[in-house]
Amino acid sequence: MTVQTAEPLAAADVDVDELERRAFAVREHVLAIGAGPIGTHVGGSLSVTDILVALYFDVLRVRPDEPEWVGRDHFVLSKGHASAALYATLAERGFLPINELATYGRSTGRLMAHPTLAVPGVEFATGSLGHGLSLGVGLALAARRAGRPNRVYVVLGDGELQEGSVWEAAMSAAHLGLDNVTAVVDRNRLQINGSTEDRMGLEPLTEKWRSFGWDASVVDGHDLARLVPALRDAPGSGRPSVVLADTVKGRGVRHLENRKQGHFAKLSPTAYERALAALRAAA
Amino acid sequence: MSGALALRPEWEVPSRAPASDRAAYRDTLLELARADRRIWCVDSDTGGLEKQFETELPDQYVDLGIAEANLMSVSAALASTGLLPFVNTMAAFASSRALEQVKVDIAYHRLPVRIVGTHSGFSAAHLGPTHHAQQDLAAMRALPGMTVLTPADAGEAARMVRATAYLPGPVYIRLGRSETDPVYAEDDVEFTIGRAIELRAGADVTIVAAGSYPVLFALEAAERLANTGVDAAVLNMHTVKPLDVNALVRAAETTRGIVTVEDHSALGGLGGAVAEAVATHHPTRVLRVGTTDGFCARPGTHREQLHTGGVSADHVVAAASSLLQPSLTDRPQIPTVHRG
Repeated sequence: MTVQTAEPLAAADVDVDELERRAFAVREHVLAIGAGPIGTHVGGSLSVTDILVALYFDVLRVRPDEPEWVGRDHFVLSKGHASAALYATLAERGFLPINELATYGRSTGRLMAHPTLAVPGVEFATGSLGHGLSLGVGLALAARRAGRPNRVYVVLGDGELQEGSVWEAAMSAAHLGLDNVTAVVDRNRLQINGSTEDRMGLEPLTEKWRSFGWDASVVDGHDLARLVPALRDAPGSGRPSVVLADTVKGRGVRHLENRKQGHFAKLSPTAYERALAALRAAA
Repeated sequence: MSGALALRPEWEVPSRAPASDRAAYRDTLLELARADRRIWCVDSDTGGLEKQFETELPDQYVDLGIAEANLMSVSAALASTGLLPFVNTMAAFASSRALEQVKVDIAYHRLPVRIVGTHSGFSAAHLGPTHHAQQDLAAMRALPGMTVLTPADAGEAARMVRATAYLPGPVYIRLGRSETDPVYAEDDVEFTIGRAIELRAGADVTIVAAGSYPVLFALEAAERLANTGVDAAVLNMHTVKPLDVNALVRAAETTRGIVTVEDHSALGGLGGAVAEAVATHHPTRVLRVGTTDGFCARPGTHREQLHTGGVSADHVVAAASSLLQPSLTDRPQIPTVHRG
C-alpha cells in the first residue's frame, strides 16, 4: 500500500472541464491508434493521459509553434511506450496536426511506437526504461548552472522503478539539490506479468523516494482538480519532488481497466468499437 | 605463458621520457575548458580530475559518483542544451556497463558527448578482467555516428582532444592507464581525425596499428623484419572510425598484405574494421594480431598480459612473415597461446 499523505488541495483556477474534454479526446485518439496497423500500449497510455493533459494544458511553459523555445519547461516521457498518449496530447496541444495521428506505425509517417526526435515537442527518444530521470537531471543541472528558470518534468512508469538506473538518477538529483526537476510516477500498479507488488514489489514507495532525499506527494492521478496543483507546486522546495500519481491501467474503458491484458493491444474493428462505446459511456 | 618475454624492445623509441596520455588529456581539457565555458568535465569518481577542475572551473565540473548509467544519460542531456561534456570513466564501464545509455541517449540523439574511457585494453593489467576492456572498440564502432579514437602516445592524446572539441556528434576516446614510451619525437605532428599516419614506409607488408603498445610493437617488428630483408610499412590508425579506407586501399595496392595490431580482442576491433574495409574495397590478406578470445587467468604487467593474450612484437613479426610466405593456403604461424 502506498502510505497516504495529505492530498493536495483542489485549486479554484483549474479549468477542470476543459482539461477533461482534452483528456477524453486524447483517450479517443489512443483507442484509434490501438486500432491502427501496429496496435499500441493501450493500458499505460490510458493511465497516463490525465497526467499528460494536466502538464501540457496547464503546467508546462511551452510554445507549440516554437518547440525549441529556449525558455520552455522540459518534458521527458520516460515510459516511452505510452507514445500514443504523448502524440495525442501533443497533437491536441498543437505541436502536430491531429490528422497525423492516423499515420502512427505507418512507414509513410514519423510516428513510431516509441517517441523519436522527429516528432515536434519530443525532446528525447525514449522507450528503454530507466533513462528518463537521468536525462531530466542533466537538463535541470544545465538550467541551474546557467541560471535559467526552465523546469523539468519527467513521467515514469511504476514498473520502470525496478530499473536500477532510476535510483542512480534519484540519488544524483537530491545530491545536486535540483529542485527544478519533478518526477511523476504513473502508479497504475500493473506490469506485463501482473501486479507490481506481486512481481517486484515497490512499496513502501513514498518512503523510498523520501529516503533518497526527495519531496514526495501522493495524488489521485485522474482527479485533475488535485493533480494540477500538485504538479504546479512541486518545483522549488529546495529538493527534487516526486508526485506519485495513483492511476488505473486502461482508465476510461471499463473492460480494460486494471487488466494486465490491456498492456498492449491491437484492437480489431469490433474491439475498437466496443472500447470506444465504453469510453463514451463512462464520460 | 609461452617462452621468455622480450620486455625491452630491440627497437628503441626516440629519446623522450615516458608520458601519460591521461595526464595529457587532463591538461588539454583544462586548457580547452578555460577558453570555452561550454566545455564541461563530467566525472564518475575516477580520481585525478577533481583537484584542478573543482578548484578552478567548478561551474564546468560535476562528479556524479560511481553510477555510470546515470553518468551517460546526464551527459547526453547536458549536451542537448548546447554544452560540450567530456565524460570520464574507465573504458570497461563506458563500453559495457553503460553501453545502452551510450547507444540510446548519446549515439541515437547524435549528441556531442566526448566519452573518455581510461584503463583501456589490458592497461589495467593488474586489476584483472573486470577492469580490462578488450571489447570496447567493437562495441563503440558498431554505434551509428560514433567517432572512435585511440592515441598512440601522450602527445597524440593531446592533439586528439583538441581535434574533437568541436566535432559534431559523439566521440569515444580510448586512453590507457600508465605512462608509455612516446611514439613521436616531437609534438609538431599533423593530426586529422580519420587520416592514418604513416610512421614508416615499406614495400612488402603493411602493419596497421592503433594504441600505444600496438604502435610500439609495430615499429619494433618493422625494424626486426628489416633485419631479415622484409620491408614493412607502419600505419598509425589512430581513428578506428571513420576508418581511413584510402590509406588501406593504398596499402593493399602497394604491399602484399596487412597485419593489424591492437590491444583489443582480435574480434571486431581494429582488425575487424580493416578486414571489412579491404574485403569490400580491395581484397588482400589481413592477419589480425589481437587478443585471443578469453579472459586473463593470472596477474601480470600490461606487456605480459598482452604477450600472453597474443599481442607483442614477436606476434607481429610472425604474422608478417607468415603473410609473406608464397602460398596463400599456408596458415598463419602465430606463436601458440596457452592459458589457464
